Amino acid sequence: VKVPWTWLAEHCDPALEPRQLAERLAMTGTEVERVSAVGPASADGFVIGLVTAAEQHPDADRLLVCTVDTGDSERTIVCGAPNVAAGQTVAVALPGAVMPDGRKLGRAKLRGVESDGMILSEAELQISEESDGILVLDADGPAPAPGSPLTELIPLAEQVLELEVTSNRVDCLGIWGVAREVHAATGQPLGPEPWAQDAEATGDGEASSHASVTVEVPDLCPRFTARVFENVKIAPSPPWMKARLMAAGQRPISNIVDITNYVMLLTAQPLHAFDLDRVPGGELTVRTAFEGEKMTTLDGVERVLDYETTLVCDRNGPSGIAGIMGGQVSEVSGETTRVLLEVANWKGTNILRTSRLLALRSDASTRFEKQLHPDLCIRAQRIASRLMVELCGARLVPGTIDVYPDPPAQRALTLRDSKVSGLLGMDIAPSDQADYLQRLGFEAETVGGGLEVSVPPDRHFDVTREVDLIEEVARVHGLDENLPTTLPRSAGQTGSLTRAQLLRRRTEDVLRDLGLSEIVGWSFTDPEEIARLRIASDDPRSRQAAISNPLSEDASVMRTTLLGSLLDAAALNVSRGAERLALFESGRVYLQGESTQSGDLAGDAPDPVAGRFVGRLAPPLLEPHHLGALVTGAVGRSWRGEDAGADFFSLKAVLEALAGQLGVPLSFEAGSDPFLHPGRSAAVIVSGETAGWIGELHPIVCRHWDIDAAVAFEVGLAVLLADADAGEEAYEDVTTYPPAHQDLAVVIDEGVAAEDVRRTILAAGGELLRDAAVFDLYRGEQVPQGRKSLAMRLEFRAADRTLTDEEVAGLRERIEAELESIGGSLRA
Amino acid sequence: MNVTERITELRDEAASAVASAAGTAELEELRVRYLGRKSELTTILRGIAELPGDQRGPVGKSANEARKALEAQLETRTAELDAAELDERLSHDRIDVTLPGSPVRDVGHLHLITRTTRQIEDVMVGLGYRVVEGPEVEHDYYNFTALNHPPGHPARMVQDTFYIDPSSIAAAAGDIPPVPVTDEDVVLRTHTSPMQVRAMEAQPPPIFIIVPGKTYRRDSDATHSPMFTQIEGLAVGDQITLADLRGTLLKMLRAIFGDGRRLRMRPHFFPFTEPSIEFDVSCFQCDGTGVVGGERCNLCKGIGWIELGGAGMVDPNVLGFVAENGYDPERVQGFAFGFGVERIAMLRHGVPDLRRFFDNDVRMLGQFR
Repeated sequence: VKVPWTWLAEHCDPALEPRQLAERLAMTGTEVERVSAVGPASADGFVIGLVTAAEQHPDADRLLVCTVDTGDSERTIVCGAPNVAAGQTVAVALPGAVMPDGRKLGRAKLRGVESDGMILSEAELQISEESDGILVLDADGPAPAPGSPLTELIPLAEQVLELEVTSNRVDCLGIWGVAREVHAATGQPLGPEPWAQDAEATGDGEASSHASVTVEVPDLCPRFTARVFENVKIAPSPPWMKARLMAAGQRPISNIVDITNYVMLLTAQPLHAFDLDRVPGGELTVRTAFEGEKMTTLDGVERVLDYETTLVCDRNGPSGIAGIMGGQVSEVSGETTRVLLEVANWKGTNILRTSRLLALRSDASTRFEKQLHPDLCIRAQRIASRLMVELCGARLVPGTIDVYPDPPAQRALTLRDSKVSGLLGMDIAPSDQADYLQRLGFEAETVGGGLEVSVPPDRHFDVTREVDLIEEVARVHGLDENLPTTLPRSAGQTGSLTRAQLLRRRTEDVLRDLGLSEIVGWSFTDPEEIARLRIASDDPRSRQAAISNPLSEDASVMRTTLLGSLLDAAALNVSRGAERLALFESGRVYLQGESTQSGDLAGDAPDPVAGRFVGRLAPPLLEPHHLGALVTGAVGRSWRGEDAGADFFSLKAVLEALAGQLGVPLSFEAGSDPFLHPGRSAAVIVSGETAGWIGELHPIVCRHWDIDAAVAFEVGLAVLLADADAGEEAYEDVTTYPPAHQDLAVVIDEGVAAEDVRRTILAAGGELLRDAAVFDLYRGEQVPQGRKSLAMRLEFRAADRTLTDEEVAGLRERIEAELESIGGSLRA
Repeated sequence: MNVTERITELRDEAASAVASAAGTAELEELRVRYLGRKSELTTILRGIAELPGDQRGPVGKSANEARKALEAQLETRTAELDAAELDERLSHDRIDVTLPGSPVRDVGHLHLITRTTRQIEDVMVGLGYRVVEGPEVEHDYYNFTALNHPPGHPARMVQDTFYIDPSSIAAAAGDIPPVPVTDEDVVLRTHTSPMQVRAMEAQPPPIFIIVPGKTYRRDSDATHSPMFTQIEGLAVGDQITLADLRGTLLKMLRAIFGDGRRLRMRPHFFPFTEPSIEFDVSCFQCDGTGVVGGERCNLCKGIGWIELGGAGMVDPNVLGFVAENGYDPERVQGFAFGFGVERIAMLRHGVPDLRRFFDNDVRMLGQFR
C-alpha cells in the first residue's frame, strides 16, 4: 500500500521524518518496504503565477512569449504550449528549481528571447502520465495569489511510504486506517473522521424513485447501498486529487472514476459507479451466475462464470462481477449525467474464490477478499457524495438505498489483566492498556481485573478474542523495548535424539568418512524418470504421486527412488568436467503406501525413518527414509599405477563397511532390478528382509544420463537399522581361551555362490566355528575346468575352554563332509 | 712374566683390537683369535689343571674374567657395528616424501544443509527439546485448517502451495476442484508447522519439540526455492510466555551466530500464532552498526539487523484442535517459531543464491566439511 505523506499528515501528522516513522511502524507491526519520492525533490522555486500577457514569439511560430506575475516581479517566460493564455493562473518553476528528473532549471534563451522560468504541465510535475498542454490552476475556481508556493494547491516533493500490510489488517489498506495506526504508534493527534459530514442532498425526488436494488443472496452480499447523483459533469479531476492519486499509484482517469478510487484509497472500501441511464429501469439485482454465463468486464475481456460467482445484474443480464470488476454495459463515460454509486459489502471467501478462478484481481477484490465490515459502506458514501458535489457539480438525490438485512452486533470482549501479564511475561499498566486500545479505535472501560472492550467495525473480523486484544496492547506498548528475556520455567523433558536419529547421523558420517559426498536431491522429478530407469508399470516405484500445479513438467511427480536424484547430480557434475564422483543421499522417497498407518504413541510406535509419523490422520503417502550412493570413474587413484574403475565390489565394500559400523549383518543375493546390470547386481538382505539393491548400472540407463558407467546402491534405512547393534553391544570374553585358525581351499563348481559355501561351512562348524572368510579366489591349472578354488580362513573358539587339536580336526571332517554334499572338495 | 700378567696383557690387547675393529667381519676374526679353540686364552684355561696348586685359583679366576669381559665387549661392539652398517644401507634407500599419499583417500562431505540442521538440532536438544519429523506430503487439514487457516481464508493464498493430484494417489480419481482450498486436499507442506498439531495429538503437554524438514512453495528465485528446509520449534506448557520465546530465540541465535548477538522482535501476523512476531539477529558482519570500514554493510544492507524467521504464541484456535489431549487453551499456552535452514547457512557462509544448495555441484559441496 502506497501512502503519500501529505495525505497521511492531513489525518495524523507523525511529527517524524519518514525514515523514523518507518522504523516506528516496523516495531509496531507494519513493515515499510521503502520510502520513495514523487514529483520534484524539493518544493523550492515552484510558485503560482498569473499570466498577464501571452504574445507570439517574433522568431518562432509555435512559441509564445508570456509575461507572468510571480508575486515578486513580472517575468518573461517562453512557453510552447498551445493552451496558454493571458489571465490564467499557472504553475511556474523559477530558475534554480530542480525538476523531478533532477534537471536544475536555468535562464535560457529560446530563439533569442530569454525565458526567466518555465510554465509547467501536469506531466512535468509528475501528477499525470501525459499532458497536451500546461496546467491551468484556476480552471475550477479561484486560485491563490501569484507568488504563493505551489504546494498550496499541489503536493510537491511528496514522500511515499510503501507499507507491507499483513493480511489481517484490512483497515490499513486505507489511508484513514494507516493514520489511526500512526496515531496509535506515535501518540500524535488524529483528525476528525473524514466521513463526519455528509453532502447536502439537493437532487429531485428520492433515490428509491430513481433506482431499486434486490439482493437474492444476502449471505454473499451482507449489505448493498446506493446513492443517486444528477447533473454530473464528467471532467478531469483537479490537480490536487491527481497528485494524490498518482502518488498513491493510481492513474487519474476522470473525476467520477477518480472519486471512487480516492475514497477507496482513503477508507479501504471499494465503490463502483454506474451510468444510471445505462441501467434499464434503474433496477439492479444481486444474484449468483448461471453455470457458463458470460459477461465482458471493464478491461474488455469476456469472462465465463460459474454458479458460485456473484453478479450485480440489470434487467438484461450481468452488469458487473460483484466486488471484482464492473462491466462495460454500464460504464461511466463522457456523456454520463446520472450516476448510481454502489457501495456494497461482499463475502470475502466468495470474492477470493471467484478472483482466483477467473485469475482476475483488482484493487477492489484484494480488499473485499479480506472481508470488510458492512458499516464501511456508509462512510464511503458520505465522503464520495461530498466529492461528487464538489468536483462533478452533481446534485445528490435524497435518500440512500440500503439493503442491510442483518447488521452484525458490535463485538464486546473482556481483557483480563492477569491474562495480559500471563501470556506476555510482562506487566502493562491497565491504564496504558486502555490508552493503547483507545488510540486504535477501541472503546475500553475499566472493570474489576481488566477492561471491557468494544471492537470498532474496522477491526471486527480481525480482533475476535481476548488474545487478539493482548497482541494489540503488546505491540503498541513495544515488544522489543519492554519484553523481558527469560526461559520457560515449566520443566521440559530431557532433550535428546532418538536412537534412529543418532544412527542415521552415524550412517551419514560413515559414508562421508569413506569418501562420499552428500547431495540433497529434489523431491520432485520428471514423470519420465521411471521409463528412463526401465522400471515396469507393475513395479510399485512406477506409481508416482503427481503435483497438480507443478512449476515445470520435469518437476511434476514425487520421486520413488533416490537413484534418479543421484544420476541427475552425477550427470550435472560430469557435464561440468568431473571425472570421478562418489555421492550419497540420505533422504525420503514418496511411495503409495499400504502401510501408511500413522504411528500413535499408545499403539504402533512412530518411526519417522520408516515413514511412520505421529498424528491422528495417517499421512497420504508412505515416506520412508532411504540411503543411496553412486560412484562413477576411478577408485583408488594413485600415482603408482593404473586406477581401477568403480565396480560392484568397490561399492559393496563401502556398504559392508557401513554395515560393520552399524553392527548390521548383511547378505547379498543376485538381484533383478531393471536399471542394473543383470549379472552384476544384488539384493541387499538384512535379517531375511530385502533392504534394497546394489549393482552396476545398466548401460542403457547410463546412456540416458550421459555418463559412462556407474555403480550404485539404495537401501531403506529402517530395514538397515532394525537390527543394528551399534551402541547396544554385549561384552564377549576373547582373551581367556585362544582361538584356533584353519585355512581351507574349497574346490567347487563355478555356479555355486561363495556365500553358499560359507554358509555350508558355518552350519557344519556349529557354534564353535566363529567365523569363515574368503581370502582368495583361484581359477587355473590347479583346478579343473568349470570349477574354482575358494580359500577360506576359519576361526574356531570355545567360550569355556581351549579347543584341542582333536576337536578342531573333528569339526574339519564334518565341514569337509558337508562341502561334499554341495559338490565341493578340499584341495590339499 | 707370569701367567696372570700374560692374561692381563692378552685382555688389554684384545680390548683395543675390538674397539678399533671397523666391521663385523673383523670382529669375527678377533673372536676366533682371542676366544677360539686355538686361542692363547683357551689354551691357558685348558692348562690350569697342570699348574701348581697355589696358582690354579688366581689364574683360573683371572682367565675366566678376561674371557667374559671380552665376550661382552664383542657383543656390544657387534651390535654397534650392525646398527651402523644398517644405517649406512638405509641411507641409500630414499623416497620423495613430497609425492602424494597413495592411494588417495577421498575426503567426503556432509551437505551444508545437513550440517547446519544438525548444529541447530544440537543447540535445541541442549535446551531440552526433542527432534520429531513429519510427512512432507500432508493433508490440507494439518497444513492449513488446524493451523487456523480456514478454507477460503486469504492467508492460504499467501503461500503458493503445491497440490497433489488426488487421482495420482487414490484409486478413484475425483474431479480436481478449480480452487483447491478444501481441507480434504493433499498438499506438499508449505512449512514444518503441520507437525505442531500432529505432535500435540500424540503427546499431552508439556511438549518441547523441534521439527526439521523439507518444505515446498511454488516459488523460484535467488532467495526462494520450490524446495527448502525449515526448522519449527514448539513449546507448550502451563506458564510459557512470550518473554520465554524471546529468551529461547536469543539462546539459539547466540549459539549459531556468536555470543555478542542481539535479538529483535517485531510484531507481525501469522494465522497460527497470536501475538505473532518476526525476529531478527543483529548483523554479525557489522555488529549491528550497518557500517563496515566506512561503507554500508552489504550483509544487512546497512540496517544492522538480519531477518531470520517468524514466531509467536500458539494461537488458542490451534490448541482448540487438540483440546481433548490436554491442550485446553485456558489452561496451557506456549510458543512456536520457524525459520529457514538455508537462510542460516547462506548468512554464515556467504552463499549468494538459495538454488545453489540443490545443484549438488561437487565443487560447492566440497567447500563444506
